[in-house]
Amino acid sequence: MGRNGPLLAALVGIITVAACGGSSGTTTATDVGITANSILLGNTIAQSGLAAAYGTIANAENAYFTYINNTQGGINGRKITFKILDDAYNPANAVTLTKQLVEQDQVFAMFSGLGTQTQTSVRDYLNIKKVPQLFVATGATTFNADFSAHSYTLGWQPPYQGEARIYANDVLANHPNAKIGVLYQNDDYGQDYLKGLTDGLGGKASLIVGKESYDVTAAVPTLAAPLTKLKAKGVDTLFIFATPSFAIGSLAIVSAIGWAPLTYLNSVSNPAAYMKIAASKGAKLDGVISVSYIKDPTDPQWANDEGMKLYKKVIANCTSCKVEDGFNIYGVAVAYTMVDVLTKAGSNMTRKNVMDIAANQLNENNPFLLPGITVKTTSTDHFPIMQEQVIKWGSGAWKLQGSIIDERGTIK
Amino acid sequence: MQELLQQVVSGLASGGVFASLALALVLIYNAMGLVNFAQGEMAMFATFIAFALIEGGLSYWIAFPLTLAIAFVGGLLVERIAIRPVERAPILTLVIVTLGLATLTNGLAGFIWGYVPRSFPSPFAIGTVNILGAFTSYQNLGVIAISAVVLLLIYLLLQHTKIGLAMRAAAHHPEASRLLGVRVSWMLALGWGLASAVGAVSGIMVAPVLLLEPTMMQTIIIYAFAAAVLGGIESPLGAVVGGLIVGVTVNLAGAYLVGGDLELAVALAIIVAVLIVKPNGLFGRAAVRRV
Amino acid sequence: MRFLRQAPPRYWLVLVAIVLFAGLPTVVTSFQTSEWTQVLIFAIVIMGLNILVGYSGQISLGHGALMALGAYTTAILIHRYQISYLATIPIAGLLTGAVGFLLGIPALRLSALYLALATFALAVVTPSLIKRPAELTGGVQGILLVPPDPPQPAQDAFALVTGGPPMTTDQWLYYVTFAIALVMFWLAWNLVRHRPGRAMRAIRDGEVAAAAYGINVSGYKTLAFGISAFYAGIAGSLYGLATGFVSPDTFPLSLSFQLLVGVVIGGLASIPGPLVGGIFTFWLPIMTSQFASSQPWIPSGISSAIIKAGPAVSYGAILILIMIFAPNGVVGLVMQGYARLRERLRGAGDRGTGQMPPEAQTV
Repeated sequence: MGRNGPLLAALVGIITVAACGGSSGTTTATDVGITANSILLGNTIAQSGLAAAYGTIANAENAYFTYINNTQGGINGRKITFKILDDAYNPANAVTLTKQLVEQDQVFAMFSGLGTQTQTSVRDYLNIKKVPQLFVATGATTFNADFSAHSYTLGWQPPYQGEARIYANDVLANHPNAKIGVLYQNDDYGQDYLKGLTDGLGGKASLIVGKESYDVTAAVPTLAAPLTKLKAKGVDTLFIFATPSFAIGSLAIVSAIGWAPLTYLNSVSNPAAYMKIAASKGAKLDGVISVSYIKDPTDPQWANDEGMKLYKKVIANCTSCKVEDGFNIYGVAVAYTMVDVLTKAGSNMTRKNVMDIAANQLNENNPFLLPGITVKTTSTDHFPIMQEQVIKWGSGAWKLQGSIIDERGTIK
Repeated sequence: MQELLQQVVSGLASGGVFASLALALVLIYNAMGLVNFAQGEMAMFATFIAFALIEGGLSYWIAFPLTLAIAFVGGLLVERIAIRPVERAPILTLVIVTLGLATLTNGLAGFIWGYVPRSFPSPFAIGTVNILGAFTSYQNLGVIAISAVVLLLIYLLLQHTKIGLAMRAAAHHPEASRLLGVRVSWMLALGWGLASAVGAVSGIMVAPVLLLEPTMMQTIIIYAFAAAVLGGIESPLGAVVGGLIVGVTVNLAGAYLVGGDLELAVALAIIVAVLIVKPNGLFGRAAVRRV
Repeated sequence: MRFLRQAPPRYWLVLVAIVLFAGLPTVVTSFQTSEWTQVLIFAIVIMGLNILVGYSGQISLGHGALMALGAYTTAILIHRYQISYLATIPIAGLLTGAVGFLLGIPALRLSALYLALATFALAVVTPSLIKRPAELTGGVQGILLVPPDPPQPAQDAFALVTGGPPMTTDQWLYYVTFAIALVMFWLAWNLVRHRPGRAMRAIRDGEVAAAAYGINVSGYKTLAFGISAFYAGIAGSLYGLATGFVSPDTFPLSLSFQLLVGVVIGGLASIPGPLVGGIFTFWLPIMTSQFASSQPWIPSGISSAIIKAGPAVSYGAILILIMIFAPNGVVGLVMQGYARLRERLRGAGDRGTGQMPPEAQTV
């Protein structure tokens, strides 16, 4: 024993070290907002005021978290607490409430904050404090594209510019001589779409013969002015980049002024429920093109789909959520990704690790997204969802066209 | 030329929407010399009640008059509960009370029915009408037609009935009216009830054009103010004419002058210009200030 | 001793308030300090609005637009022209004041109701007006402001007093705001005590009579507009600095409405009123959305209903109730209560001399 003593001790030492601190799978660490049996997530969203329709997204997310807490006892034994605060879509409120969540309530991470202006207003603050700003609920391209400057911020849904590029490709492939007119909402949302379309058309951007904007404070009937102008310019291919109320109104007005252009509609406004309202107002919708990446709860083709069944079970946890509201399945889908990330973090529940997994290591099949779409991030690609499929309206429903289009790498 | 005509026709269509709400504003002004900032929200709320009744199984043609009755009573109650205690207070207090009412009503509607936009049925056929090459829908024409009918009814009420006379007297000369036995306080309540019912008509008419949601009337009210101010805030005819003019002006200005995103600013410009240049509007009478 | 006994209790209250506010950052967290910064910012703009509404009797539902002007002036000067943030504050105030003065000119022709209407419309179109000159204002992207570091002497002084962690930006901005608020309140107090204040009150209470007395009605009314805009510009500038971001959606109609409500709730034509108004304006939305659910003794059904209904319903209801039962605002209520208390303590009327007790102080 004497002569082998030191060797033995060294062996024991090596084995001990290897067992304790070596691989990430066995790292046990916690961070602010993590206790032995809970994880605290924070969120600011519009639950009152003009943008209150979006508020249900947070409730749907909470419904999923409740489902996980109830059926699995949380994530690795920790239940998720989700604190939702109403910022009424006002960036000043978002700043104050986010600071409160971070400095007073001590949340682990901010999740699914809604609104481009609001999330921009807190982005620098969260990045300086190294608090994850995960899966912001906006398609504004900057949240994905500017990762190098803000490594604690991540988007989730396909960026608006990516979606618009798909439309551009569709036009170039199928209607190369189109006379394009664009009606867009005069905010970051509409302008982002327009940029994507223009960039996607590249040298053929001159196909756009008319661009008309409207303000979110517009009264829907007054949209007749810009639409009439576009009609008079001979536009035969119309792009509508508008939020639901205005999109529905525009579709109805287009038909009301006796116009029948090929129409592309942005995805936020395409849930079948809205299309049906537009149809009831006389809009002629056959042939309208859009894209989708998520399953529509009112689409009969998903009636027996496992993911849809899960959604319906989950959403029952939220008494104020309407099952057919597309916003709600969005909320459940992004909450699924959040839970996925937290689960992968295992016992290494630090902000840094969770951020690392979300931004670089995602590779997920999400049951609420269209089959074939993967939620994926790598060290060089921080756009979680970059696949969508073209859909066309006909006989009262959306029909998937062709196959999934992959836009990865097209936006720098 | 074709395009211009279409813009004008579309403008008349939007103008019909503004006119119908402006009529309610004018009624309240006739009853108490005050512009009710909550008029749009009350109209929206009444429309939601109609929606609830129709969803509950009633036919449109029963829900419509029933809603009007409910709106009338509702307006009466609102006046008795919230306005009466501050009847003689300075304008500022009344402005704040009506603004508070607007906030409250909007929040209540959102609370009860949520913020998802909904479809509201229309009594008019779906389809477009070709007027000299410009298109509009039956719905739009219907809005203008109904507004004209309501206008006629209001005009008859105010100018050719005793009650209408009593209402106007109570608004302009409350002390003298009291001496003559007019129950001023109840005239006010009546005015509110009627205005609320007219607002309900407006809401029910325009909901198929807009979309039924709590924010439905929030921008319409500005255009309705512009219409009422332009037409002369006392004059129901002015409200309708003003509404049509505002609709056409906003459309044309938005298309050819300032761009679609500043259409609301055009309405603001109209309000300010009229108030400065000719505060009584097109059809209002000049008020003489007695010192 | 005589001075101490004769000084109205108000002066003591003011002193106590100043000491409390000065010491605040040393006893609460940095975040809570930043909340009180916003309270003071609202108090400043409401003070200005009070001069317009309470003292000269003109209604404005558009002061949010003036705050926007002040905020954007600061943001653009810092962002585009690299001007030091402290210097931009008075510039923003003066620019907004000038604009307000110009606005006051057409306002002269509008009666109370129409002025309310016109300023209401102005507040509604403000976001779309901001978006238009996108080159200058950053359009819908807004302008991000880098939070300024506290200067070294301030950090040293603060560390000396608290013996704790170094002064944060939020705490520094609080003191900047506090100092400015003191100056603005002192200015307002002087204004109302001297001729301009008396002239404005005369105009408010009877324009024709005031004119008959030789008061320059239009001059004072436009002056009131200009002064209240100056306050709004300063407050807007501080608002931009405190939140670190200006964008069109930061200044919606509801802001203008909340400011007007703040004036009335605090108490029109009073100096302490705006401070109460500022507290109310900042804390009510937070109270209605968060307080109810955090108190276990409120049944969850009621608290979730309150949250769902949102601040809108509570705001509207509270507003109407206050207008009906306390139209002179909180300060008015306090004054009334105090007057009644004094009456009780002294006994009504002095039996010996038959003198009635002095009336309650109104400003």
